[in-house]
Amino acid sequence: MTVISEAVIAVLLLLGAFLTLVAAFGLIRLPDVYTRNHAASKSATLGVMCILLATFVYFFAKDGFFSSRLLLGIAFFFITAPVAGHLISRAAYNSGVKMWDQSVRDDLKTKQAQKKN
Amino acid sequence: MKTNDVIFQTVAKVVFFMIIFFAIHLFFAGHYYPGGGFVGGLLTAGAIVLLLLAFDIKTVQHGFPLDFKWLIGIGLLFSAGTATGSLIFNVPFFTHAYNYFHLPLFGKTSLHTAMLFDLGVYFVVIGVTMTIIQTIGESE
Repeated sequence: MTVISEAVIAVLLLLGAFLTLVAAFGLIRLPDVYTRNHAASKSATLGVMCILLATFVYFFAKDGFFSSRLLLGIAFFFITAPVAGHLISRAAYNSGVKMWDQSVRDDLKTKQAQKKN
Repeated sequence: MKTNDVIFQTVAKVVFFMIIFFAIHLFFAGHYYPGGGFVGGLLTAGAIVLLLLAFDIKTVQHGFPLDFKWLIGIGLLFSAGTATGSLIFNVPFFTHAYNYFHLPLFGKTSLHTAMLFDLGVYFVVIGVTMTIIQTIGESE
């Protein structure tokens, strides 16, 4: 392995672990379901994708093994994780989970009120 | 309240094909790499369950117009058939055979009768999983 590939692997791994840690702190610190979901679905997605990419670069640089499963995993995670976050958020909103008391806008509520009139 | 499922349904249509192709890859890679009939069948059933979640049970039955209980029977027939087929050639029960063939597109390929047995396992796993889930889903 060259120094460049080692550096790339190290940076990607540390960045991925850091972003996942940020997602975990967001889950603890943020006030309501929607902001927590925002932290978890964005940050954890990018973190896991960075770690998978680091794994891909590692095996490609070390053994010359082109792992198409890892690339497929990256694409799969990139497509499905935000949709999972969207579905959880929507289920929470539709079952009447309150937003944080300092939130100022609720566009979906005004839109639904317009539709009823 | 009627909910709008357009994001989920669109993503389910795309992801369905990714899961199906990965399941077929796992099924064919089973001889040399981790995978095989069981995991491939479970993953295929999982892809169909994803469609069941995104759409309703009638739409999926329209898309796959087969009774999954028949799939169990066909799979068992494949497995038992490869096992008893060895008796025709006067060798012990469950003896498998393989050879190398030169296929036009794939080049030198080893074809093994254990793959037909695995195909039976694949069908039985899909059939059992889908029968369980559809039976539970239909009962009110």
